[in-house]
Amino acid sequence: MFGLDNKDTRMLLVVAVLTLCAPFILNPFPTDSAMAQFNAGYPDLMQRFVIFGIFAVGFNILFGLTGYLSFGHAAFLGVGSYSAVWMFKLLSMNVVPAILLSVVISGLFALVIGFVSLRRSGIYFSILTLAFAQMSFNLAYSVLTPITNGETGLQLTLDDPRILGVSATADGSIPVTSLFGLEMRSTFEMVVGPWAFQFNAGYYLCALILLAAFYLSIRIFRSPFGMMLRAVKSNQQRMNYTGLNTKPYTLAAFVISGMYAGLAGGLMASMDPLAGAERMQWTASGEVVLMTILGGAGTLIGPVLGAGFIKYFENIFSKINDNVLHSWFSFMPDGIEDFVVFIIHPFIGKGWHLTLGILFMLVVVFLPGGLVEGGQRIAKWAKKRKGKDSATPGKTTPAE
Amino acid sequence: MSKSDLSRRGVLKSGALAGTGLALPTIFTASSAAAFTNEPTGSSVTLGFNVPQTGPYADEGADELRAYQLAVEHLNGGGDGGMMNTFSSKALQGNGILGKEVKFVTGDTQTKSDAARASAKSMIEKDGAVMITGGSSSGVAIAVQGLCQEAGVIFMAGLTHSNDTTGKDKKANGFRHFFNGYMSGAALAPVLKNLYGTDRNAYHLTADYTWGWTQEESIAAATEALGWNTVNKVRTPLAATDFSSYIAPVLNSGADVLVLNHYGGNMVNSLTNAVQFGLREKVVNGKDFEIVVPLYSRLMAKGAGANVKGIHGSTNWHWSLQDEGSAAFVRSFGTKYGFPPSQAAHTVYCQTLLYADAVSRAGSFNPCAVAEALEGFEFDGLGNGKTLYRAEDHQCFKDVLVVRGKENPTSEFDLLEVVEVTPAAQVTYPADHPMFAGGALGSCNSGA
Repeated sequence: MFGLDNKDTRMLLVVAVLTLCAPFILNPFPTDSAMAQFNAGYPDLMQRFVIFGIFAVGFNILFGLTGYLSFGHAAFLGVGSYSAVWMFKLLSMNVVPAILLSVVISGLFALVIGFVSLRRSGIYFSILTLAFAQMSFNLAYSVLTPITNGETGLQLTLDDPRILGVSATADGSIPVTSLFGLEMRSTFEMVVGPWAFQFNAGYYLCALILLAAFYLSIRIFRSPFGMMLRAVKSNQQRMNYTGLNTKPYTLAAFVISGMYAGLAGGLMASMDPLAGAERMQWTASGEVVLMTILGGAGTLIGPVLGAGFIKYFENIFSKINDNVLHSWFSFMPDGIEDFVVFIIHPFIGKGWHLTLGILFMLVVVFLPGGLVEGGQRIAKWAKKRKGKDSATPGKTTPAE
Repeated sequence: MSKSDLSRRGVLKSGALAGTGLALPTIFTASSAAAFTNEPTGSSVTLGFNVPQTGPYADEGADELRAYQLAVEHLNGGGDGGMMNTFSSKALQGNGILGKEVKFVTGDTQTKSDAARASAKSMIEKDGAVMITGGSSSGVAIAVQGLCQEAGVIFMAGLTHSNDTTGKDKKANGFRHFFNGYMSGAALAPVLKNLYGTDRNAYHLTADYTWGWTQEESIAAATEALGWNTVNKVRTPLAATDFSSYIAPVLNSGADVLVLNHYGGNMVNSLTNAVQFGLREKVVNGKDFEIVVPLYSRLMAKGAGANVKGIHGSTNWHWSLQDEGSAAFVRSFGTKYGFPPSQAAHTVYCQTLLYADAVSRAGSFNPCAVAEALEGFEFDGLGNGKTLYRAEDHQCFKDVLVVRGKENPTSEFDLLEVVEVTPAAQVTYPADHPMFAGGALGSCNSGA
């Protein structure tokens, strides 16, 4: 289907099912149970999952295929956000022009940065991109404050012109972002017994764009262009010696991946119309590298998994505090309860970085291929077991 | 390698699929039937405490969190009741808010607008918080205030001193108890005049974001009205930790007063650098060189140690105040945690009580009803004397303290002494003052 072979079609369908049913999948625990803490099915976090999924998928086109490790990808995300918010301020609250502009501007920005940075490869390339990103961050933070509003972040106000829309709604508040009238924040809540599932318009827009972006990424991976990029990764020198100029290929990959980042930035601003300079900081660039490696660099689905994993930790683990712990362990005797809370304390709340760091370390050491490799190993193990089972006569295995 | 499926059948098939995909979200546009965002229906109500637990303002954030927990305890009828006993409004019974038990969720703003908004959003969307409060940075407070306006919940600002919070970025759903840059200027100016005279040259070092900008503007305007001359205004990044390169030029600028528009960790570092460069021993233009820190706090004084001795600044509240409300608050906070509260702790405790009281008086959690109850509300007994929540801009007007770093501290908490209590009338400004112009409250949003 769609010009994909069976395996890729299956993968696309899996991603489609996962994203479209996310409100169910991410809310496995009843709302008033103690485990509700671990539910992630609320609009803001689901939007983040798919938006950072797009960001990581784009990053993977550069890093996974060509092996060029960009340490400044957050700059494109930030540029995308700023362009989108300016579109909301000047043109209208419709998300389409905002997203288009953010993709175009970040593409142009990537063209300039890529043209300079790609003169070098390896660590020098990484340092160059890092330098550019930090320059962009500092420009946004303190030099270009009329455009970016510095530390406060660029926000909408009641006196923005919004030529094709209204500056303020009839009741005197700032209009909200919408897709031709469909408000991004509108949420339909479905209550099934003790569960509450939230279906958010903005999330579904992001999810559909993720599917499109994922499909495009599959096509790039399977195309002759993708093959050429892989060749750059395996031996760029040999390619140069055969008389092939690799620069246009790497630059194209860089720009495409920059546009993905801009798309993610534009979507972020569409869901929540604010752009802050810290979106461009080097820690944000490092985060997407982590996501890609954690999920499995060079694999198609890995970056999406990695993005989900990190955002889950950031938003769920950071909100567990001592009170929550005490309520979990209240069945234990007092002394032991305090002791258990004391042991767990450094790993939750503001210590979520520590937990994530340990998990990252474990993944890199034991599963160099990331979460995808973990999945493959489990599948292989299951297959082997299944093989053994079917060898034993007289036993039927349930169809799955 | 790639095979495209451009037959008529293929195009139709993919078109139909894309169409269903696009149509899907439009099915789910109905809003829920509740009267307003997160209407509490069970036996409890959830408040969201969104404070910096990491970053340059983490100390203030930790103290705010302590005060929030204390306030929740008092609202639910635990502890000794603290300032609920001295508060002039008697609507609170100690049985939660409107009979509902108060529960809370916490989040880390990381002193970043993005992270703060994400955290606040998860409180509203996931935990069902009906009110968000916190923030130890004006940038964050303004960002979260905007979010709460959109989402239709009340935002009770914590420690935010920028004029913009209730000036050009004011919102109908946002309320601020803390004072602001203009008030600091108005309170400090007469004291500075008495101490240092009318012929001075001031040099400003300013944290480069909304709070720094507006405080610099306010202080410069107030001191220039005295006859002072402003030599230079230099912006420093919020993330900076070493200020030596900014202090060195002060020495040769001909200035004889250094104004540090810095807060928290920034102020601790810049003041320490200034003292290391020997600025305080210098004599310029025949006068002793002086340093002024317009926004002061005990936590900062503690961080800067002996360097704060004799340095003047202003503060919202100080634990050594002797009125009934302050004494009650210091007593219950001290009993629970073993040390006196900071001004950050005080303001967020007051905000939580003020919110709960407004809900009780309004008889509803509806943000619009709560906002109406808070607007123009006059109260007393919360440690700052008679206070007014002005309806025009949702800013509290109350006395401002001018403080000085103590020469001979008797304990590790006794670092500041109150020099003067500037009466509210002297720091009050018209709602359309040019420093606060350019914004509008808009109308209250209940999210319905």
